[in-house]
Order: sequence, then C-alpha cells, then structure tokens
Amino acid sequence: MTGRDLLPIPIRDMSFRLTDHNGQPFAPSQWLGRPTMVFFGFTFCPDVCPTTLSDISDWLADLGPEADRLNVALISVDPERDTPTILAEYLSNFDPRIVGLTGRLTGLEKAAADFRATFEKLPRDGDYTMNHTAGVFLFAADGQFTSIIDFHEDRRFAIPKIRRILT
Amino acid sequence: MKRVILATLVVFAAMPALACETVRVGDIEVEHAWSRATIGADRPGVVYLSIRNTGSTDDALIGVATPIAGMPMLHETVVSDGIASMPHTMSMPVPAGQTAALAPGGFHGMLMGLTQALKKGDSFPLTLTFETAGDVTVTVEVLGMGAKEAECPNAQP
Repeated sequence: MTGRDLLPIPIRDMSFRLTDHNGQPFAPSQWLGRPTMVFFGFTFCPDVCPTTLSDISDWLADLGPEADRLNVALISVDPERDTPTILAEYLSNFDPRIVGLTGRLTGLEKAAADFRATFEKLPRDGDYTMNHTAGVFLFAADGQFTSIIDFHEDRRFAIPKIRRILT
Repeated sequence: MKRVILATLVVFAAMPALACETVRVGDIEVEHAWSRATIGADRPGVVYLSIRNTGSTDDALIGVATPIAGMPMLHETVVSDGIASMPHTMSMPVPAGQTAALAPGGFHGMLMGLTQALKKGDSFPLTLTFETAGDVTVTVEVLGMGAKEAECPNAQP
C-alpha cells in the first residue's frame, strides 16, 4: 500500500490531534472553512524538506494576499526530535503563513492514516532518518481532498492547482 | 625540510577559489558549490554543486570530504510512489561531455556530524574525489535555509 493507492479522507472526518509550533493544541476541524495545503516532513531532512518549504514559500509569495486565506501546514514525521520550539525556529526561515504540527507519535500515526500518507524510521550510522510521503496535499475549503502536488512534478503546475482550491 | 615548507605553500596556494568561480582538475570543472544554513550542528548539512566533464571519457564523483563534517557522504533523494527516501550512493556518474549536478531533490552531498552549525555567509572547503580526474577542492558558500540555488550571476537552477 502506498500513499497513492488511496486518497486522503475529507478533513471533516479526520480525527488526529497534534500541537502547533506555538505549543497550541491542534484539531483538523480548525482547517474547515478555508482551503488547506499540507505536507509531511522533518527538520533533520536536508534536501526534500527545505526544498519543498522554499517552493511553498515561493508559491505563497506569487499568490500574494490571496494566499492569506490558505491553511498551510507542515506535519512533522519526526515528533521525537521536532518539538514545537524546534519547528518554530525552523519555520522562521520560510513563509510565516506555514504552521508546523507535531506531537505524540500516536497523533502522527493517526494523521498519516487520515492522509493515507506513510512514514518510516530508518536507522542510519548510529542515527536515524525518515522516509516519508513527499507530495503536497491540497484540500478545498469544505475539507474535500482535491489534488497532490508531486515532488518531481513541474513546479509551474503548482500555482494553478492551488488557485483551484482558492476559488 | 625546505621541500616540506614548499609543499605546504603549494597546498595553500591551491586552496579553493570563491564559490562562484570554476575550479578544474583534469577534464572536470566544478562550480556553484553551495549549502544551506542549519539549525545547530546536530542536523545534517547539504552540499549542491555543478560538475562539467569537458573530456571524452566518462568519469564519476566517488567521494566528498570536508574538515567541517565527521561523516560527509553522497546521497540521492529518490521519490518512489510518492515516498521520499535518501539512500547512500557510492558514485555519481559524470558522463563525457555532459554536466551533472548535486541539486535539490536529486544527488546531494550530505554532511553528517557537523563540527559547527552552518551559518549564512560562512564558507568551507569541500574536496571532491573523481574516479579518473582525482581530487579537487572547492569552496562551498552557505546560503539561507530557504535557498534554492547558487547565488551566482550565471547560476543554473
């Protein structure tokens, strides 16, 4: 089973609980009423995650004030190391509209299940790294899943996809 | 003794040029070496750069070394069925007459065991080992954490 065989469930049916990078409790119902853009990552990730975060920052900049209506979230797949404080420091390097979510492993497991996303901890050189779903999930304001921006997809297609959830 | 001193001087003279300059060894040209700032020294750093093989024989990048990381290595980001993983790679092909790159989302140098946090504006030496051309040292410029490409006048994305 991979993240692409199944689609994320509608946000209104999601039931995970996490904590945002300001230390506030988070429930998916907070996203309802506005279009939502979510991706999974972690701060120890040197390549894919900063690249995706800077892409997202560029898209938000291109969309301008229109993008203020979006919920944008990074869900950490490494809650062990990504505390809210660490996420806050990390995200201060990117668009301020991006919210970091972390919490207990059980909360993350539930979030991944709701998104049909996968993550896996791999031991490496006395440390570990994470494999994780790399796409950016897009949801309409009513919480219905719309599309994914794939990591290797031509980035020019991203903005039209985001515009679709903004209208 | 004199010989040793001379050798040392040569090493220093051979120290890398600025990140935006092109350094050469044999048929290999390396340029636009950059990295991203890190939060602390616990998180791995990354290195991206561009390599051109101007010769008629295939070569390969087989190693990276730097004094600022205990465990520098070559990795490749692979996205398969939407899942990103980052396997080690033993070598990156640099075919004759072509340009290969360590670039976001593909091959990259991964710097584990940093001796210090990488700060924007810092630079550090990185020695690349090529199968045929041998070793060459470049200066890597540390850009912001959100950087996407080298900040050179003629940088390629």
